[in-house]
Parts: sequence; C-alpha cells; structure tokens
Amino acid sequence: MAEHIVTKKQYAYVFVILLVLTLGTTVAGNMDLGPFNVVVALVIAVIKASLVVLFFMHVYWSTKLTRLVAVSGIAWLGLLLWLTLTDMISRGWLGVPGK
Amino acid sequence: MITATVEARDNYLTHEYGVKSWLLTKDHKRIALLYLASITFFFFLGGIFATIIRLELLTPPGDLVSSQTYNKLFSLHGIIMVFLFLIPSIPATLGNFLVPMMLGCKDLAFPKLNLLSWYIFVVGGLFVLYAMLIGGVDTGWTFYVPLSTSYANTYVILTAVGVFITGFSSILTGLNFIVTVHRMRAPGLTWFRLPLFIWSTYATSVIQVLGTPVIAVTLLLVALERGFHLGIFDPALGGDPVLFQHLFWFYSHPAVYIMVLPAMGVVSELVSTYSRKKVFGYKFVAFASVAIAILGFLVWGHHMFVAGQSVYASMVFSMLSYLVAVPSAIKVFNWTATLYKGSISYDTPMLYAFGFIGLFTMRGLTGTFLASLGFDVHVTDTYFVVAHFHYIMVGGTMMAYLGGLHYWWPKISGRMYPEGWAKLSALVVFLGFNLTFFPQFIMGYLGMPRRYHAYPEEFQVYHVLSTAGASVLAVGYLIPAMYFIWSLRYGPIAPDNPWRATGLEWQTSSPPPPDNFEITPVVTHEAYDYSVVEEMTVG
Amino acid sequence: MANHSLALRHQFEDVAQQKDASTLGMWIFLATEILFFGGMFCCYTVYRSSYPHAFGIASNHLEVLWGAVSTVVLICSSYFMACSVNSAATGYRKALVGFLVLTILLAVAFLVIEMSEWYLLYKEGLMPGVNFTYKGIDPGHVQLFFCMYFAMTGLHASHVTIGIVILIILAFRAYADVFTPAYYTPVEISGLYWHFVDLVWIFLFPLYYLIARHLQG
Repeated sequence: MAEHIVTKKQYAYVFVILLVLTLGTTVAGNMDLGPFNVVVALVIAVIKASLVVLFFMHVYWSTKLTRLVAVSGIAWLGLLLWLTLTDMISRGWLGVPGK
Repeated sequence: MITATVEARDNYLTHEYGVKSWLLTKDHKRIALLYLASITFFFFLGGIFATIIRLELLTPPGDLVSSQTYNKLFSLHGIIMVFLFLIPSIPATLGNFLVPMMLGCKDLAFPKLNLLSWYIFVVGGLFVLYAMLIGGVDTGWTFYVPLSTSYANTYVILTAVGVFITGFSSILTGLNFIVTVHRMRAPGLTWFRLPLFIWSTYATSVIQVLGTPVIAVTLLLVALERGFHLGIFDPALGGDPVLFQHLFWFYSHPAVYIMVLPAMGVVSELVSTYSRKKVFGYKFVAFASVAIAILGFLVWGHHMFVAGQSVYASMVFSMLSYLVAVPSAIKVFNWTATLYKGSISYDTPMLYAFGFIGLFTMRGLTGTFLASLGFDVHVTDTYFVVAHFHYIMVGGTMMAYLGGLHYWWPKISGRMYPEGWAKLSALVVFLGFNLTFFPQFIMGYLGMPRRYHAYPEEFQVYHVLSTAGASVLAVGYLIPAMYFIWSLRYGPIAPDNPWRATGLEWQTSSPPPPDNFEITPVVTHEAYDYSVVEEMTVG
Repeated sequence: MANHSLALRHQFEDVAQQKDASTLGMWIFLATEILFFGGMFCCYTVYRSSYPHAFGIASNHLEVLWGAVSTVVLICSSYFMACSVNSAATGYRKALVGFLVLTILLAVAFLVIEMSEWYLLYKEGLMPGVNFTYKGIDPGHVQLFFCMYFAMTGLHASHVTIGIVILIILAFRAYADVFTPAYYTPVEISGLYWHFVDLVWIFLFPLYYLIARHLQG
C-alpha cells in the first residue's frame, strides 16, 4: 500500500505521457470534429486524470477502501449531473408550457 | 455500592480543571459537551423564533409583526434549527461522545480536527448570530434565487457565509467518524458486531461528507452572484433558478437523513436495551441505514415538483422517493419485532423511543403522500408539508435525541436524572408535540399556505390548537433542561451500567476515564448479547 | 527510532495505523472537494448544453496558449511534488526540500499566468460585475460563460493559494529534518491535495479553453 515507493523514473514516464496528451488535446481542440470535439476533449481529460490518480496519487497500489472513496466521490458527482440533466433535457418534451 | 471510591476515581471531567482545559481539549468526550452547550443555546434561540411565530399565528390578521419581520422569523427559525441545531445534534454530541467508546478506542482518529470542527461550528454560528442581530435574512432557510441573489435587501451573504462555515464542521466530523470506524475498532470488533448506533452514525457521516460540499458551493455561488454580480443564476443572462434548487436540494434532502439516521441509531439501542433482546434482523437494520444514505441522494427533485422541473424528471424522482421509504419501513418493522416477547421496561428513554416509532411512522406515511405527484401539487407549500417535516425533526429526531441524552446521561455525567420528572416531561413533550403539529396536517390539506402570517378566519381554530400545543411542548423541553443541570450536583451517583445494557461504553466507569478504558477491550461476543451482561452483573 | 515514536499520536496503536488513517482522511477530504467543484461543474454542464453556440464564441476570447502553458506548469508541479514524496520516502532531505521549492515556484507561476489572463479579460471588458461590455451576439449567455469562468478559475486559484501555503510550511518542516522514511505522512497527504488541484485544472482547461476553437470568431 503506502509502503510501496514509486521511483522518480516511474513518475517521469507518467509525466511525459501527460505532456503529450496535453499537446494532443490542444491540437484536437483547434480542429473541427463537429460534435466529437467535446468527446475527444473529455476522453483525453479523463485519461490524464486517471494517470494522475493512479500513479501520482498511488491509487494503483492503494487499498480497496481508498479506491472506493475516490470512486464514490466521482460517482456522486455523476449522480448530481445525471439527475439534474434529466430535468434539463426533458423540459418541453410534453409540449405543455412550463412542463 | 461504590459511592466512596467513585469520587476518588479519575474521570474525564475531573482529570483537568480550568477554562483552557476545556477550550483546548482534544478529548472527544469534552468536545461532545462543548457541542452540547452550543447546540442547546441555538435550540432555545430557534425556539424563541418559533414562539413568536406561533403567537403571531394565533389571530388571522398579520398584526403582531410586519410581513418582512415574519419572513425573517421563519427564515432564522429554519436556519438555526436545521444548520445550528439538528444537523450537529446527535452526531456532534452523542456521536462524538460515544463513537470511540463503542469502538473500544481511546479517541477519534483526529482529535485536533475534532476540536477544530467545534470552533468552525462556533464561528459559523457567530456569523449567523451577527447577521440576525443586525437585521436578519428573509429568504427562508432555502435561499431560493432570484430572491436571495437579486431582490432581498437583508443580510443574505453574511448568513450564507455562516452556513457555509458550519458546513465544514459537519464535513470534518463525518470524515473523522468514517476514518475512526474503518481503522480504529477494538480487536475482535468486526463490522457485524458493531452497535447499530455506529452503523447509523457511519451512514450519516457518509451523507455529511458527500452532500455538504454541494450546498457549500451553492451558497458560495449565491454569495458571488450577490456580492460580485457573477450572475450564475440570473435569468436575464440565461441563468436558471431551478438549477439553484437542484443544487440546493441535492444536499438538503440527504440532510434530512443526516438528521434522522442518528436518531434511528439511538432508537435501535434503546429498543434493544429496554426489551432486553437483541435487535431483530440486525443485518437488515444495518444495511437499511446504508441504503437510506444512498437512496436519500436520489430523491431530491420531490421538493421541486411545482418549481418548473420537467414532468418526466418529476416522475423519476417520485418513483425513487417511494423506494427510499422501504429501508425506513424495514427499520420500523424490525424495532417492532424486537419489542415482541421482549422484557419491556418503561424507563424514560424507552418512552421517547416509543414516541419516536409512532411519530416517525406518521411522517413516513405522510411522506409517501407527498411523494405522489398529484397529491403533492395540492399540498405543496402548505402546512401539510410543514407538519410532515416537523413530525420527523421534532417528533423524530428531537425525541430520539432526548431519549439518547437520558439513556447516556449516567455515562456522560456520572449522575442519574430524576425519573419521575423525566417521565412526566416525556409525556408532556409527546402530548404537546401532537397538539402542535397534528392540526397542521389538517389545515394544510384544507389549504393553509406556509410562510404566511395572515390567513382566512376558517383556519384560526387549528392555529390556536397548534399554538396551545407549542406552549405545552415548550414546557416539556424546559423541564429536562432544568433537571439535567440540577442532576449534575444533586442527582444520585450513577453506577457503571445502570441499564444493564450491552455495548463497550457500559463496560467502563461512569463517567469514563480520560482514555475511555483502563485496558483496551477485546470483543468476543456478538452485538446485543445480553448473556454477557448477565454474567458481569452477577455478584 | 526517536523521530517516529515522537510522531505517534496516543489514540493510535502504531505508526502504520496512523499513516493509514491520515491517508484515508485526506482521500475523504478530496472526495468532498470533488463534490465542491462538482457543483460548479454541474452548472457549467447545464449551461453549456443549453447555450453551446454562445459558449463557443465566449471560449474563443480566451488565450489557448496561456491555458495550455498553465496546464503544463501544473503538470510539472505535480511531477515535482511526486518526486518530493519519493525523496521523503527514501530519506533524501535536500532533494525533498528542493522538489518542494520547485513545486512552489511553479505554483506561483501558475497564479501569475492566471492573474495576467484575468487582467487581459478585464482590459477587454469581459469581467462580469466589473466592466462587462461585450456587444456581440448573445451577450447574456456569453456573460454567463464568463461568470462561470471567473467563479471556477477563482475557486481553483484559491485552492492553489492554500496549497502554496501548505507547501511552504511543509518545506520549512522538511528543512528542519522532521521527516524520515519512517514518517513522512504530511508530505504524502499534501501531495494528494496538490495532485487534486492539478486534476481540477486538467478538466478546466479543455472545458473552458477548447470549445469550438475552430470557429475563431
């Protein structure tokens, strides 16, 4: 768990990948991919975030409980977004004003 | 039995003297008492507002106070009672005191953080008090936009900042409890040997940790909009006031579970001890606590059925709201089954537990009415809703809180409270409560709106009954406040385990030593194993 | 070892339990932070899905180069923070202090870039509540974008600032030889906090700077 010491070299690999992905997302952002712009941006962001969480924050080597806590935070945010968007997206579906 | 030596034993109260030893304490038991003092102050302050409200509502015209003053009264009543009393109540007092003891450890995981939580709570409370003293806030405890951001000319930012700060106290307490329960249980104390109070407190802590940040950021956004004109909810810019409500209720619905789950935990303990039986369906009750915590986050839209939320979202929330009733019902069934063929004693804590179960069931049933879209449209923003939530907060949480205070008072103070007076107040509270709030269901259904201080003649009779009940209820709360203080000096010395209950907290002295236990306990029995207690008290 | 038994708090049985508890505590705190920022992300999501065109126009007023540079600066700071944790775990005091100082310097650089960007927006009359004078299409929704932008980057910047203070204190303690391979928990949990701050920006950058860039309108 916490006893595992990650070497600077391992961190360096992750660091370089993060830089490459940052370049990637900037370039992709300047291209016209239609609706896929936001998908690409988010996918890259999620990959970068996962790298930071797994390797810089040691979740790759951590206890199940730590992972559960990290996942719960994200899941709860997902809950907030999902049910709120359920409302926002379905407004006006009934064709009745104000519903 | 041991009167002479009790005085000589070092306990957490006598260990150190002086104001500094209290204000800089790291002992969870002393911090619990610091919270007890502060929240009691806020309770009576919120009660004063309630008194003025009920006096105003005695007569149909709005003659005692102006409309804006009335708005301020119910806003401050709500804010103080919810954020400064109910949310901290059981977790910060009974929870802080009991969690390490029930787990068999010396203190919480982060004692200094615990003390910091109290100071944060006090600072938040002072902001709210200050706002109240210089003019108050009139937006309702719900701070709906655009009233709170654009149109109110009261101290919204100050109050919002106070609530924001208090939220961190809640988060840190929850964090402390979760880490303690996961990492500091005594040897042999597996998850399914934990007292159900711990399960409830744990579930509550999860809600506190996951929910409170959202209301914190929401109030921050209100303050930013009001103070810096960052019009995030401003309809003129395309902002959506209903979005505020989504964010607000994402916390504030689970908040009601923060208020009621610990109460249910207390009731599990009381029902078991005073029936001398283990809780029926222990695992069901434990999992029900967790289920309530999780499902409670899925239902917030039922506060917004008429706010402009889409019909489809409302339907989803309605269905999910019915779902959350199930684990609560499971608990009520299990408590009842625990009572069946139990050896029941009618000590004061048990009277409060009975009160809780009955009144909580009423709230549960009226909750299902409110979850129904059609019915809700009729009674939303009426006194029906007011009655419903007071049945939970006052009829539920308050009763369980008082029951728990009485139950653990011998452990906390080393003294017994006077049983006769205690039973009398329990009865007075129950009667006063029902007289106050039952008429409110009826008048709500008949159309009396909430937050109005002037109303048509036809509702007066209900209001008079309600105010009469409120005065009885007030008496019922004042008497325990007096005899608890009285008992500190004149109450009979309490034995270590006056109720012959199970649980590690009863295996140590009353009051406990500073480190809770002389030797770290090792747990070899299941929870609520009364055969162990019988062994210990023989001879 | 003298150092670690001094650091063991009385409520814990041993150092391992203490470290475990501290790490878990920090993770729970980070979960609360996910939801704290999350509330604002929710507002962003709702508004962007409602006004995609206006948000695209507004985004084009931000300088991608600076946004990208900020991202790189924070990622470097995260790398140095991770290296400082490694130095603490392997007992290299000078390296630990050095990496912490580098992290702090990069953090300050981030804030400088951030404040410069804010100043530029102010000069262009795009700061809501102060001097918002945008006269193009959809001014209301564009203003909403900037309200969200300032709120979120402001909240993020406040977290960076708090992080800098924490890291400075940590650097002083490291210099005073408080940390050993047996006890470096504060370094590790501060690292967790710092990486979180980086994480938030990893999302803020594409969501605010890279909307409909191809429009260049």
